[in-house]
Formats: sequence, C-alpha cells, structure tokens
Amino acid sequence: MNFKLQIWRQKDRQSKGKLVDYEARDISPDASLLEMLDIVNEGLLLKGETPIAFDSDCREGICGTCSLNVNGEAHGCDHPGAVCELYMRRFRDGQKIIIEPFRLRSFPIVKDLVVDRSALDRIVQAGGFVSARAGSAPEANSILIPKQDADLSMEAAACIGCGACAAACPNASAMLFTAAKVSHLSLLPQGNPERTSRVLKMVNAMDAEGFGNCTNTYECEAVCPAEISASFIAKLNREYIRANWHTSGAE
Amino acid sequence: MIGTLDSRVPSGPLAQKWQSHRDHSRLVSPNNRRKFEVIIVGSGLAGGSAAATLGELGYRVKCFCFQDSPRRAHSIAAQGGINAAKNYQNDGDSVYRLFYDTIKGGDFRSREANVYRLAEVSNLIIDQCVEQGVPFAREYGGLLANRSFGGAQVSRTFYARGQTGQQLLLGCYQALCRQIAAGTVQMFPQTEMLDLVIVDDHAKGIITRDLRTGKIDKYAADAVVLATGGYGNVFYLSTNARGCNVTATYRAYKKGALFANPCFTQIHPTCIPQSGDYQSKLTLMSESLRNDGRVWVPKRKEDCGKSPKEIPEATRDYYLERKYPSYGNLAPRDVSSRSAKEVCDEGRGVGPGGRGVYLDFAEAIKRLGENTIRERYGNLFEIYDKITGEDAYQTPMRIYPAVHYTMGGLWVDYNLMSNIPGLHVIGEANFSDHGANRLGASALMQGLADGYFVLPYTLPNYLAGQTGKRPSVDHPEFKKAESDVRAKIDRLLRVNGKRSLDSIHRELGTLLWDKCGMARNANGLREALGKIPELREEFWNNVRIPGNSADFNQSLERAGRVADFLDFAELMCLDALERDESCGGHFREEHQTPEGEAVRDDDKFASVFAWEFQGNGQIAAPKLHREPLHFETVHLTQRSYK
Repeated sequence: MNFKLQIWRQKDRQSKGKLVDYEARDISPDASLLEMLDIVNEGLLLKGETPIAFDSDCREGICGTCSLNVNGEAHGCDHPGAVCELYMRRFRDGQKIIIEPFRLRSFPIVKDLVVDRSALDRIVQAGGFVSARAGSAPEANSILIPKQDADLSMEAAACIGCGACAAACPNASAMLFTAAKVSHLSLLPQGNPERTSRVLKMVNAMDAEGFGNCTNTYECEAVCPAEISASFIAKLNREYIRANWHTSGAE
Repeated sequence: MIGTLDSRVPSGPLAQKWQSHRDHSRLVSPNNRRKFEVIIVGSGLAGGSAAATLGELGYRVKCFCFQDSPRRAHSIAAQGGINAAKNYQNDGDSVYRLFYDTIKGGDFRSREANVYRLAEVSNLIIDQCVEQGVPFAREYGGLLANRSFGGAQVSRTFYARGQTGQQLLLGCYQALCRQIAAGTVQMFPQTEMLDLVIVDDHAKGIITRDLRTGKIDKYAADAVVLATGGYGNVFYLSTNARGCNVTATYRAYKKGALFANPCFTQIHPTCIPQSGDYQSKLTLMSESLRNDGRVWVPKRKEDCGKSPKEIPEATRDYYLERKYPSYGNLAPRDVSSRSAKEVCDEGRGVGPGGRGVYLDFAEAIKRLGENTIRERYGNLFEIYDKITGEDAYQTPMRIYPAVHYTMGGLWVDYNLMSNIPGLHVIGEANFSDHGANRLGASALMQGLADGYFVLPYTLPNYLAGQTGKRPSVDHPEFKKAESDVRAKIDRLLRVNGKRSLDSIHRELGTLLWDKCGMARNANGLREALGKIPELREEFWNNVRIPGNSADFNQSLERAGRVADFLDFAELMCLDALERDESCGGHFREEHQTPEGEAVRDDDKFASVFAWEFQGNGQIAAPKLHREPLHFETVHLTQRSYK
C-alpha cells in the first residue's frame, strides 16, 4: 500500500513546528502505523535526513508510551487501542494520513511527535497512592472485598496513563485520568483512610498543571485505549464534593 | 582478580537460612540512614519496589529510568499472574512445594537457598500488594481468586485480569510516587546509565546521559543497585519492549562484574508469528490459552498451504497431545517451544514462511460455547484480531515461539550483591532464581521479592560498613568514566556509514535465533562466534547515526544499546558452547534422548557459569568461573512431563 503523509516536525520545545509531506511506499497492510514510521525513518536516514522522533516502547498497547494524533484523532481510528495497535489495513491505499503530537499546553513538545507528559506523574505524586509500608501489611485475605467492587476498581485501574483523554478533550482536561486513579483507590477499603485528602490534592495538582475542566463532551472516553468509562468522572466529582464537605467541618 | 566465588549462603537448615541471615545481618539505625545515598537504575517491579522501600526506610535514593515515566517500565506488559504459596485453595500448596516446583522448573540450575527464600517471601508480596490497592481478581465471597499455571499441580497464581504486571507495577509506582513527593526518592526519568564507577574496588557511582538534552552527568552514591531487566532484545525480535537493553549490565560486566549463565534465555511458546521483515516486535498471547486451545499442524507437508478448514481431523497432528499424553497442551514452555520448532523444521509449519502452528479452539467452543471462550479469553482474541486481521473464533490462531525472558544476568551472592562490593543486582537483571528455565508467574514474584523484601535487609548489611566512604564526583575515576562515555558517543557519531542501525541489529538477531535460539549445537555456535565479530566490524565501520549528541537523538540512544548487544552476543554464544549439556531453555542438540528430550550432565555442569571480562581487546576470551550448585534438600531428577 502507498500513503501520503503529513507529519509534524519541530526541532525542540522553543522552535516553531510545521507539517511536512512524506510518502510511504510498498507498505504491508499487516504493518502497524508505527512500523510504517520506522520504514519512513529508515528511508530518511539513508537520504541523510533527520529521522522523525516519536515515542513508543511496548508496542502492544499497555505501557502508554505512544502518543500520536492520527487524522485528528488521539491514537487514530481503531478504538479502543493505543496507536501502536493501529494497523495499516485500517486505511485505504493512497490515503492521506496526518500525524501530529498530542496537543495541549500541559504536554509541551520535546521534539517532532514526542511530548512531555510528566504532568500526569505529578498528579499521582500529589496523592494517587495508599500509604502502605512494606512489612506492615496484614494477611491478604483478612480484608474481604466484594467481587463487584474489585471488578469496578480494576476497570478504573486499567488506565495506561497515555494522556489521550486530555489530548482529545476540547478543554484539555485530565479529568478522566485523575478520575480513574481516584476511583480505583476509593472503591477499595485500603484506599479509605486517605480518601478525602487524596481527591483534594490530586484535583489541586491537576488544576495547577494547567489542565482544563470537564464539560461532558465524552471525547476522552471515545479515545481511551483502556476503555475507562466517563462515569468515573461523575465519581470523581462526587468524591470531590464529599471531601470538601468533610474538610469544611459541615459534617 | 577474583578467587573462588562465594555465594555467602548461610549455613543451617534450608527453611531457617533466611531468618537466621536476617537475625545476623548488620543494620543501619534510623538517624543514620539519611546519610547514605543509594542509586537505583531501573524502575520496574524490582527497581521501583526497591526505591520505594528504601526511601520509606529513610535512605536517600536516586532512581533512574530510560522511559519518560517510571510507570512505563516493561514489567507493565506481564499478563498472566504472580505465584505465592498461600495455599488459599487448600490443594496442598506450601512454601516447600513452590520452592520445589521452581527448582525443578529451572532444571536444577539455580541455588536452593535463593529459591527457598523466594518462595518464603512470596506470601508477603501478596499481602503488600493487596494493602497498596492492587485490584486482584476475587471470588464472590470477597476472597482472593487463584488460577493454575504451567509446571505446577496446584492453583497458586494471583492475577488481575490479563494485566497483572500492569497492576503490580502501578502499585509499586504509586508507592514510588509517594516517596518522590516525600522527597526521599529523586526520580530521573529519560536518563540512561552509560557506565558504572568503581572507586577503591567498590561500586560508588554511575555516569548517565539525559536522553532529552544529551547532557552527561556523574552521580556518586554509597551503593549502586541495577534493576535493568533482561537482554531478550539481543535477538532483535522478542516480546520485550523496544527500549529493553543490556547496556547497564554489560557495562558493569566490562567494569568487572561477572555475567552468569548468559545463554539461559526463555522462548515463550505462544506468540503471534512474524508476518514480515518490517516487524518491530513480537506479541505474546497468554499461556492460559493452552488450557482450552489444541495445538496442531498438518500431518502432511502438502496440506500446509490449505485453509485449516480443508484439513480433516485424521490428517492433523496434535503433536503435544501425542508426545506428552499427561501434560498435553500444557507442557512447560521450553518443551512446547521446541516441539513447535521441530514440526516447522520438518516443513509442516503454517502461515507466512512456514513458521507457525495452529492453536485451535473449535473443540472448546463446541464443548463450552463461544460465550464461555469469549469470557475467558475475549481480550486475547481481540488482540489477535487487531494484529493479524483474523477472527480466531472462526479459524484457528497461528502461534510461534518467541524470545520472552532471560534467566541469565549478573552474578550475585545470597545478598544480591555482585562480585563488586556495593553493586547489587535485582530482578531479571540478575541470574539468581530461575535456573535454566523460568516457570510462568514467577518473574513478577522475583522482582517484587527482591525489591520489597530482600534488598531492604541485605543492602544495610553492606552500607553499615561504608560510613563516610562516598566519594565526590570529582574523583579521577568519575572523570575517567565520563570521558570514556563521551569518547564512545563521539565514535558512534563519527562512523557516518551507509547502513541503518535496525538492519545490523536485525542481522544479529536472525543469526542468534538460528544458532543460539531454541536449539543449539557446537557447529552452529562456532559459526555464530565467527560471524558476530564481522558484524561488529560492519557496525563500527558502516553504521549511520544521524544528528549530534547534545540533543534528543533516538538513533544515538539505540546505537549505544546495539553496540553493546553486538559485544554481548558473543558472550552468550560462548556460554552456550561451553555448557556442553542440555538443560531447561538451553537445548544442545548433541545431548538429547532418542525421543528428543533434554539430557543434563549433572556431574560436569551442576554449576553456575560466571564470566569475567578480560579487556576490550579480548571480548571473545573472557575468563570462566564456576560456582558449584549444592543440592542439600532436593534430589536431582530428570524432568518428565509425559
């Protein structure tokens, strides 16, 4: 298959970037989009040009490293799935493909298609954990957790931290990411002691990183490779209101 | 120079060794801990858990990873589960049985005391992870659920859907985040270790490169911990993430750390076959599929091109069921992988290039209904469909073995310290617990055992004698190491040849897969040992690395790793040649029974091979040290899964 590509090139964070035209020829329909980029890069290298920088690691949709907008969609058209799981058979022969980085102020561009998503780490550092010291844990089966709670918690915990939710959101909101972590931990008894402070700190950190707010457009849910439900955002809001209520002493 | 290798295994009965060792190890008091700095390289299950735990204890920790976040370490991709000897199913499990299964699964090439300790702390890991909020699968009554896994007759595997590695890593990442926020751990993402610094014979620091800016930095510490994973990517194609590499451990080896059993690599039997030359990695399909899928190939070569529907039952060869009637499709990984290779070598493989076998669910669907199969394996069928474009409910999956895990690694003693004082090695990066073959659901267990429950006891034992010995980064050894690192980078950029990095790496991978893969023989290994130096020569004369070093340069990052793989490959083949027996994943064709089973030679080879680097000019001639393995508790037997 052959494709006409337009790819975002940007030397570094300070420089101005632009879309540059490339061609990809003789690509197998069984190749992934990232493998197509590997092939294009091989060609650029042999011509003495600088290869296109893009992120990827596991290439099986679990590590959350890859982060591309393909034809305007975070992770491309094959939802649910990370862009590393997007195969060329999903495109038409001769199709034009526009490849851009995730675009939002909280994810500054490092180079070409690579963005800095450390803002997400800082949200977790603010409180996305259970304070459990190694050595102190009680016997695992001493805390019973109903299967439906454990399953729901797992649905939230499945987030791969790619940031597509924020990239797809017209408000550049990271609410789905934050909601997933808050929900995962607040649904479990182990997360209960820090339930109030966790949500307040994480929401504050999210705001401080410059992410926007949720206006229920559900773009996040549509592109999420881990199929995190937007209903967790409602859960986040409930947790947040509850926490404010508790800390205001209005109990 | 290294004398006899001392494993420092404590004396006394097996079951009491660890307790007695802890009772007698030196401690560092709480108010002194902040005076010690510890460098941890790697942030996966082993490195992340070690960093979080040591930070919590009060040491000052610096943790480095090449990924853009510690949450992306490759532990995240583990699917199946984690073993523990909880005996929650009341099916007769015990610490001893987990220990015995692991020793036997490793084909009697690991240390009894280390493996026993692993089984012992396995239960603490489950407690710890549950407390952190890892959402393990549960039963309706709220208890933790278990599943069974290859190589065991009890149900002892804990799991979180098909994403156990992800959930365990996130638990450990969250603990790490807490310490980062508390200021006890300083995190350096996208920073790659390029050399180890040794001062007065002790490991006291590292040289790093910031992958975003290209800046080279020096860091000094009181101890260095490597948790840098395995070297499966030496084969180019593997189930490892693209970034996995041997650089940290290989560069430590060049500084004098012994590399143990490098030829012990695990080939996983159920991966999606390669579809073309452009392919950048292989994807694993969980071994659990073999619970319901039946493995077969056509009996006749002529049928291989046909659609599987056109091949009648009578002309199919269900070769695992035929050869191993009692374990059948659940034979251990090494045995299943080798059998797949055999039938493909006979020309009976299916799919592109004849490198694939069928994994057929038709019978299970008929027996249990499509819905049950969908419930059990739905996500795996989806992955398969995404990658191949085929619907495995309608047509059998095609699978083929792929490199998955490396049992070999840097040599460590019972304290997980290498032969270089101060240099500790944990997780997949060390060699210690899996012998010649790792059982399923044991990698996660080992990573977390080392980081949460072993190193926090053994590292203080070293640190207690090191007060005030942390050098300054102005020490000449740091300056020398830094200038060596810079020289190597400059040399890479200067080659300016005509070949791409991937083309050379791919060539190396193909060579190793053919000569040092699922089956090896002396002639093939000698051939590989002849060709690797030529390929290395080609690399250093003809590779093209664009750009410069003071920049975000992904080609340069990879170039350094491939250069190390090209050296390391030779060590791997040499080790495979020297180990003139078959054991576990190391199958030497010269040593097999008439039925094609591996034949060990316990008299000559019940030992760890630990290699010592002898200088740059002699990559091919490292010195071999042997650590004899003493089996005081288990009785060495021929593994049989018939």
